[in-house]
Amino acid sequence: MSTLQTATIAADDVSWSQWRLIRAKFRSHKLALVSIWLLGAFYLVALFAEFLAPYGPWQPSAYAFAPPTRVHFFFRGKFVGPIVYRIKIESNPKTFERNFVVDENQPVPIHWFVQGAPYQWLGFIPSSLRLFGVEKSAQINLMGTDILGRDCFSRNLIATQISLTVGLIGVFITFVLGCLIGGASGYYGGVVDNVVQRFMEFVTCLPTIPMWMALGAAIPASWSNLKVYFAITIILALRSWTGLSRQVRSKLLEMREEDYIIAARVAGTRDWGIILHHLLPGFASYLIVNLTVEIPRMILGETTLSFFGLGLRPPTVSWGVLLQDAQNLAAISIYPWLMFPALMVVVCVLAFNFLGDGLRDAMDPYKE
Amino acid sequence: MSDLVVDIRNLTVSFNTRRGDVTVVDALSLPIERGRVLGVVGESGCGKSVMSRCLLRIEAPGKIVSGNVTYFKDSRQALHLESMDATGTTIRRIRWKEIAMIFQEPMSSFGPQHTIGFQIGEAMRLHCADSSVAAVVEALKAVGMPRPDEVVRQYPHQLSGGMRQRAMIAMALSCRPSVLVADEPTTALDVSTEAQILELIRSKQKALGMSVLFISHNLGVIAHIAHDVAVMYLGQVVERSPVKTLFDNPKHPYTRALLQSIPRVDREYSGPLVTLSGNPPSPFALPTGCRFHPRCSERIAGVCDREVPVAETLADGTEVRCHRWRK
Amino acid sequence: MSEQRNLLVVRDLSKSYRLGGGFFASGSGTVRAVDRVTFSIDRGRTFGLVGESGSGKTTIGRMILRVVEPDHGAILFADAGSEMIDLGALKPKQMRPLRRKIQMIFQDPYSSLDPRMTVARIIAEPLRAVHGIARSEIDDRVAEVTELVGLRREYLGRYPHAFSGGQRQRIGIARALVTRPELVVADEAVSALDVSVQAQILNLMLDLQQKLGITYLFIAHDLGVVRYLCDSVAVLYRGRIAEIGGKYDIYRTPRHPYTESLLAAAPPPQPGIDAAPHQREHVAQDHAPDPETTAVGCPYHSRCLYRQEICAYQEPALRTIAPGRLVACHFDLQLHGA
Repeated sequence: MSTLQTATIAADDVSWSQWRLIRAKFRSHKLALVSIWLLGAFYLVALFAEFLAPYGPWQPSAYAFAPPTRVHFFFRGKFVGPIVYRIKIESNPKTFERNFVVDENQPVPIHWFVQGAPYQWLGFIPSSLRLFGVEKSAQINLMGTDILGRDCFSRNLIATQISLTVGLIGVFITFVLGCLIGGASGYYGGVVDNVVQRFMEFVTCLPTIPMWMALGAAIPASWSNLKVYFAITIILALRSWTGLSRQVRSKLLEMREEDYIIAARVAGTRDWGIILHHLLPGFASYLIVNLTVEIPRMILGETTLSFFGLGLRPPTVSWGVLLQDAQNLAAISIYPWLMFPALMVVVCVLAFNFLGDGLRDAMDPYKE
Repeated sequence: MSDLVVDIRNLTVSFNTRRGDVTVVDALSLPIERGRVLGVVGESGCGKSVMSRCLLRIEAPGKIVSGNVTYFKDSRQALHLESMDATGTTIRRIRWKEIAMIFQEPMSSFGPQHTIGFQIGEAMRLHCADSSVAAVVEALKAVGMPRPDEVVRQYPHQLSGGMRQRAMIAMALSCRPSVLVADEPTTALDVSTEAQILELIRSKQKALGMSVLFISHNLGVIAHIAHDVAVMYLGQVVERSPVKTLFDNPKHPYTRALLQSIPRVDREYSGPLVTLSGNPPSPFALPTGCRFHPRCSERIAGVCDREVPVAETLADGTEVRCHRWRK
Repeated sequence: MSEQRNLLVVRDLSKSYRLGGGFFASGSGTVRAVDRVTFSIDRGRTFGLVGESGSGKTTIGRMILRVVEPDHGAILFADAGSEMIDLGALKPKQMRPLRRKIQMIFQDPYSSLDPRMTVARIIAEPLRAVHGIARSEIDDRVAEVTELVGLRREYLGRYPHAFSGGQRQRIGIARALVTRPELVVADEAVSALDVSVQAQILNLMLDLQQKLGITYLFIAHDLGVVRYLCDSVAVLYRGRIAEIGGKYDIYRTPRHPYTESLLAAAPPPQPGIDAAPHQREHVAQDHAPDPETTAVGCPYHSRCLYRQEICAYQEPALRTIAPGRLVACHFDLQLHGA
């Protein structure tokens, strides 16, 4: 049916480049489109997390394990804009249970662009501007509070900074390792290929979680948060480069036999010219797809490690670290809002996977 | 009217694509006579393969939009294949047993994990009675397979292309179907193997008295195997006649151009070949009037580009779809 | 003296491939894809290499282009005025300046064009590989060759996916001709095309030869196409030459039984022409596949209708029976042509 396919495409604007065809096809994948917007929003949140969060991530309060604050718009049947109510802790004299009692007599309006706890935006711009907040006498905890009364919503937002970037940096290391090793393997072939292949098989055979745990446990406890963070990304990348390098190698081997590569050799194009003009553009699309699929694995890896307490440690906040609080069943059943980070992980990983799916389909624009 | 085994009438098949529906077989009518070989020629994309698949209802992802494909089991029973469920049991009872098919690449018709004998036996067990090893060997012997008792125990990759095609034919003929659909069965083979396979199909057709729908792009092959020939262009039959009439006295300008544009092995050329100008148009932008008119050297201005020609039957039995031959 | 007219002389060219040879492979042998092949091509003519799949015809073409390294033998190319250069002995770096003189047309018009490049870039590629050609000259040459192969200039900015098989093949031909080569290797250049388009491309190739004086090495399995396009023909069987001769001789009076059987098997588009008894014999004969490596004897003997005892143990030499007419058969047979 090849003629039918070309005819199908020929009916499109004939001067379209392959990238343009890819874009056109990607746009028809609705789930991927939604995902790319969602992920864009996630990264924007990561960028402006301090501004969006009403409190600092380590700012304690007297209200430990407070449930999510409800936002109201009506006070005694009248529209008043967004308000919250103050809460009070009362102990049940018989059972010694702590109860949060909502004081519905006095509305506390939510203010926009308030001065809150000071922070350093991007690590060096001092500011204390926050998107919203309430007066000090009240609390706004959209996702409740943790054991120290810290605002879970703020902590979740701050956590995106680490959790979403650990994927990017890890994938970058994976990309460099995978391309270099896989490229060498596919390009030189022979003994180099054989050795690299066997080594890759060895790495692939190592069970993932024990290997992470061993490496994670080897990180000195005295290291600073930043150092640990980079160590974690390297550990994740050390495990994941094999998949990419395998892809790069097989794609290279496959493309080396394509007629147009032979045509380039016959034309007298030098090796680097062939790599630069034919091979690299040829599998750039495959790399993008593979990287997109790799990022969520990195995110999951970080979450797993930190959850086990082997990765990042408090006071750093990441989704994995936050989930440590939700390690026992009792905590989850009494304080279900502690599971919010898990929801974030699921949404983010799903979005990445849908995006990867969409890209994979779009990258082969000639397939109907 | 002669004895028909399959009658295709006004068949329209379309595909759903990203760019909208595309009709690959368009109101095509083609009777297949009992006990004869009907050759169908056409260039790639003319819909010949899709049309032939409708006989077994394996046209998916294409969809039969309208028209009839009637199979005459005998003089009394007429089965409407087009109204059957393509995955149902009714059509499955007809596939292989009554209407069998062989393909261009026999490797893909056999699974790699079972022996040839097992796979032919399996097909025989499902569709007709005897499936003993002896029966399979007999089926292989009937198609002239060398060393049949060894081949039964061999795997598809151990056979050459020609032998695989022979095995495929053995499987297709094992239930003595009344119609054999052959879709470019020799295109992937070398010339000498091709000649043997053609000879085999012809002798089996004669011996079993079956009808063959033979699809090919190669006019040389068609000339040797077919009794009647239909020439397809962009989803339509433009000319249909007995083989000798078609090759000796082609009527449609497309058929003529096709015949002239083949460099013949038995002829010396002094000048350039006669060629068809241009390329087949996109199925999304079909020409108005006669679909062939933009490439036709004999087009009549004001007629061919406006009016759709209808099929006319001429005195010598040729059916042609061309304004030049309008009575 | 004949060396003057020869553009390319191939002598004793051989290439073997290892079979199997995996990590745990037990029985690995070698298969001789090309075995001591010798022929020469006259300047400005078309030389046809005919054979079935596995006959080594593609490998020969690729060795001449130095895409496949020959094991043994010489590939002598007459570079303008100078002496014959052995392409097989050149290092990749030394080969590069000669690349623009020897170009190639591919079989598959789909996989031979990089889908990510515009037509202009595809055609310009061989020129870009040559040093010291100004940008403007490249553009001029590309535009010129585009018109030469019958494509419109406004196609240059488009991508290959927008074209049909025949148009793509024209792009491939333009790429091969942009450096004004002397020798063009056409490997099954029309076999992937539809009949109507095939004739257009064949005519184009002949037309270009007359205009530019190109020499073609035309590799094909279709005997009709070869007869139309070629001046002389070599028939290959299992990596060895069965016979070489002028087109007329090969088709009218074949001297090798294999050529005869090939001609008998190729059906001309004419019903009822296959009745000749010798052809039936060829077709009816059902040969078991030959063992992969026949070490001794004539490679064709197991399939040959005329075989004698000697064929099984002695390999026939390629002997000259008339000027330009060579046959690898022990006997002088009276055979039937097409």
